[in-house]
Amino acid sequence: MPGRYTITRDDVAHVAELARLELSEAELDMFTEQLGAVLGHAADVAALDLAGVPPTSHALALTNVLRPDEPRPCLDRTEVLVAAPSVEDDRFRVPSIMGEAP
Amino acid sequence: MAATDLPAGWEMVVGLEVHCELKTATKLFCGCPNVFGDEPNTNVCPVCLGLPGSLPVLNQQAVELAMAIGTALGCEIRPSTFHRKNYFYPDMPKDYQISQYDEPINVDGHLELPDGSVVGIVRAHLEEDTGKTTHAGGTGRIHGSDHSLVDYNRSGVPLVEIVSAPDIRSATQARAYAAELRAVLVATGASDGRMEEGSMRVDANVSVRRSPDDPLGTRCEIKNLNSLRSLARAVEYEARRQVELLEAGERVVQQTRHWDEDAGRTIALRSKEEATDYRYFLEPDLVPVVPDAQWVTAVADTLGMLPAARRRRLEELLTTDGAGTGDTPGGGAAPTPAQLDQIATVVDLGLDDLVVETVAAGVAAPLVLARSANEAATDPDLARKLDPVAFAGLLGMEASGSLSATQVKAVLSELLHTGGDPAAIAASKGFEAMAEDDLVSTVAGLVADHPDEWARYRDGDDKLAGFFTGLVMKATQGKANGKAVAAELRRLRG
Repeated sequence: MPGRYTITRDDVAHVAELARLELSEAELDMFTEQLGAVLGHAADVAALDLAGVPPTSHALALTNVLRPDEPRPCLDRTEVLVAAPSVEDDRFRVPSIMGEAP
Repeated sequence: MAATDLPAGWEMVVGLEVHCELKTATKLFCGCPNVFGDEPNTNVCPVCLGLPGSLPVLNQQAVELAMAIGTALGCEIRPSTFHRKNYFYPDMPKDYQISQYDEPINVDGHLELPDGSVVGIVRAHLEEDTGKTTHAGGTGRIHGSDHSLVDYNRSGVPLVEIVSAPDIRSATQARAYAAELRAVLVATGASDGRMEEGSMRVDANVSVRRSPDDPLGTRCEIKNLNSLRSLARAVEYEARRQVELLEAGERVVQQTRHWDEDAGRTIALRSKEEATDYRYFLEPDLVPVVPDAQWVTAVADTLGMLPAARRRRLEELLTTDGAGTGDTPGGGAAPTPAQLDQIATVVDLGLDDLVVETVAAGVAAPLVLARSANEAATDPDLARKLDPVAFAGLLGMEASGSLSATQVKAVLSELLHTGGDPAAIAASKGFEAMAEDDLVSTVAGLVADHPDEWARYRDGDDKLAGFFTGLVMKATQGKANGKAVAAELRRLRG
């Protein structure tokens, strides 16, 4: 079903907006073509007979990689905040946000 | 509970999403301390600040607490994976939250409420918390603030999100569900259950419909519910708001709404984005968690008795101790509604072991339960350390009539603080049982002083017994035993 893997210019514009990317008209055309080629490659996999093959969730054949619940040293706050564009009351100062987090 | 019914012909449908911060020593994916109330931005590292090149490593204890919650809720514990949920918000420095998506660790459970109703649990999955944003300047509220301040101490703290099925049908039931879930979370050791500190946060999905046979109506999600009281009020308000819209011929718009506790209403925040806009994809830096049967069993073995079982234990204790005083539907003496409330109180405060051990030391269960729920419960921290043998000794003196109820309360107050021998404390307070002769002469004197009241009592007006008992208590400064006074009054009446 090659039709499943097409991508439209509107799709690219939508994803760009979600990623807060400002793309020119020429860039929209370019990325529609490039992303279409990437999806076309995935279509090659869809052409294979994969009945009975479980989906791969990770490239590494590992499970249960865990660490003990033991505290480790943190960064020094002065060092952390010096990297911030703006600081107030030992917190990162950011522009006001309309609405709450999703 | 203030909840009332919706107008006739309407039904509310509620599902709750509860976020529970896990009581681990460190965060979900890094070794920063998981502590509430520390100085801002002191418990942070490259992982929880989202600095480039940092890599998450999963906390074993967080996984095991999530499994404990799943076990307590009767869930199936499954192999699970982590996804990235992508969005931009300053409290989320990586610009994505690591959460479990289509393969959560716990699915298909249920929670039984004290009234016997059962609410389904769809899933209980692991995810990381965000940083804490304070809206500053302007009015101090979200709207009207001119900038925000972010503290990342909470960023990466482990959460379990527990999603109920839309099985809840009233504000009262919503509150009971949240209260029971909190008790279960505390009992598993996963959470301290402190809603006021945000360690348990509740969002409510509310819709209404005409009939249980109708499809689900359009729902609104209510946020900012910081107490069980807020939850009940907000659910009630929101369901009524939707009914009024629909009865006016308008429609409900799916949206997120913010509960304003002071104004007592919900306010629209923003239209809800499509779930696909989060562009979930598998977190490439974490591998699957696959609990085997041995691991699941080991975690289950660490679980103590859950609140429902602890309540049942006390109900059975009352019934078998032969002293229940309520209805007798099954032949045995069932606990009264007041006793069921007392049971809920002692279980909630963790005094149930005290009750069981004190009854085992030879005191009737109803008296132990009442004194535990009403008197000992005034200082639960001390009451949990109370020696059951000393408590039994004290209540034994009340049961035998050596001490009045008033005197028992005074002795208990001291016993809680100092411990020791209740008989010695009673003696030190001058609480000695009135000699029978003294009681007889006191009652006789008061009867002689109040001939009119005595005549009415003698003619069958039993309310006057309370009048005379009150006089005796006053005359003896509470030393008389109420039961002995009543017996003496009955004896004199003949």
